[in-house]
Amino acid sequence: MNDAHRAILAVWRIEQPRLITSLARMLRDVPLAEDLTQEALLAALEHWPVSGIPDKPGAWLMATAKRKALDHLRRGKMLARKHAQVAHELEQHEQIVPDLDSALDDDIGDEMLRLIFTACHPRLARESRAALALRMICGLTTAEIARAFLVPEPTIAQRITRAKRTLSESGLAYETPRGPELPERLSSVLEVVYLIFNEGYTAARGDDLLRHELCDEALRMARALTAVAPHEPEAHGLLALMELHAARAAARTDAAGDPVLLADQDRSLWDQLQIRRGLQALARADELAGGAGFYVLQAAIIACHARAAAYADTNWPHIASLYGHLMTLSPSPVIELNRAVAVGMAEGPEAALSIVERLTQEPALRRYHLLFSVRGDLLQKLGRLAEARADFQAAARLTANRREQDLLERRASSCITLPSATAATGS
Amino acid sequence: MRVMYLVKSNHPGPPSPELGAAIAKLTEREVKAGRLLDQGGLMPISMGAEIRIADGKLSLIDGPFVEAKEVVGGFAVFELRDKEEAIAMANEFMQLHRDLMPGWYGTCEVRFFATPPHNPAKHP
Repeated sequence: MNDAHRAILAVWRIEQPRLITSLARMLRDVPLAEDLTQEALLAALEHWPVSGIPDKPGAWLMATAKRKALDHLRRGKMLARKHAQVAHELEQHEQIVPDLDSALDDDIGDEMLRLIFTACHPRLARESRAALALRMICGLTTAEIARAFLVPEPTIAQRITRAKRTLSESGLAYETPRGPELPERLSSVLEVVYLIFNEGYTAARGDDLLRHELCDEALRMARALTAVAPHEPEAHGLLALMELHAARAAARTDAAGDPVLLADQDRSLWDQLQIRRGLQALARADELAGGAGFYVLQAAIIACHARAAAYADTNWPHIASLYGHLMTLSPSPVIELNRAVAVGMAEGPEAALSIVERLTQEPALRRYHLLFSVRGDLLQKLGRLAEARADFQAAARLTANRREQDLLERRASSCITLPSATAATGS
Repeated sequence: MRVMYLVKSNHPGPPSPELGAAIAKLTEREVKAGRLLDQGGLMPISMGAEIRIADGKLSLIDGPFVEAKEVVGGFAVFELRDKEEAIAMANEFMQLHRDLMPGWYGTCEVRFFATPPHNPAKHP
């Protein structure tokens, strides 16, 4: 892609949500609206390098997309009544000269929300939802999505095609869900956004920079979601969680790209603007009824770290109690393991060890390297070095991440039993 | 990448109501798109002050006595994908001025935040 193309793509991306939502509203067909939005981009890529970018690119793109919608409907031999009616509406639209402010006049908030709910519909396959959301909400190209997910381009293209076909064939209503359907639909949206974020955040493979952009896309999506659906505490909670996580991005790895543990991170590298935004989103979630949900509680935990100027200032008792709430809400051995870590920091290794010992009975954690590394850490603090060493070695064997493996092996070799080293490191 | 826009002008007077309304709409759209992080208009420099160092000496110049060439009248902080997107945004913003406040003149400076080395800007 050359510079001129990149500039056109940038303009199109700014206009893309309004194009797709306007067309979807007129055509009552989201996949078709998406196709036409892409066609408008192709038209711009064809004309603008010659003519230059017009003064009102939004109006140009909208007029072009509407014209293509009309062409499409006319081409169809069998114009159903619905189509005839839509074509009539479009013809009327076409006669109105696109005026320069109209681009900003429509409030697309509700339309945007409908689009988000459609792209993340629970009936679509999980990985399709993420691809479709990135395409329809963020305006990413198939090639960009493929690069970010480290998947061949045809695979992503196929996922998108299949998802769009499902949308077309299932006749899913293009509307904002209400009533009892809403919580399930919203949780599907939040799950997709968080999946996209985590794909970027936990990037262990590939071009880190590119994958990091997935975090930005997820953040933009969550900010958009909270702006158009301001009364959903979990949406604010997820936004807070991601802002607070992303705020630490610069401190999470060292110059060589090795992971830096939270305890050792240089907190001056944390992004304070982003932390402020995260804390604001969390406060907003707390103000709303039905506050303490899955994402809100996790955000509250990260917020404890964000508020601590130094690792030693961390409010561990509060974190332990938040993990307790999370366990009640959504019991899982991994959350219990995290609670054990917090209890260990708040009350000492002995209390934590009894929780971890109970967890060793959990089948789900039998091969979970963090269980062993946490227990190793507690045992090391209690001065039981031989057992600690064995746990670190087990953890190193169980992880697939080479950098983590190195770290665990280093910790294993630090557990050398000397006759005099019987005293626990009290710190 | 994080971008700061600085709008500079010494055009006297506040924006026209039409321009003000259009900027408000643009602002709302950008908030809903998840791109706009922060923005604000600034009071005239005559109400503020300048603290300057010249010849190693610190001096205070009270607002009314500041020699105003182009002064910053407003700023905005965005989170954007790349330099192209940053320029497209600024173009749209300035086009609104051109359309809705004829005679206005000024500059929109597009500046990228310095980022830590682990998260470098794509097209600095």
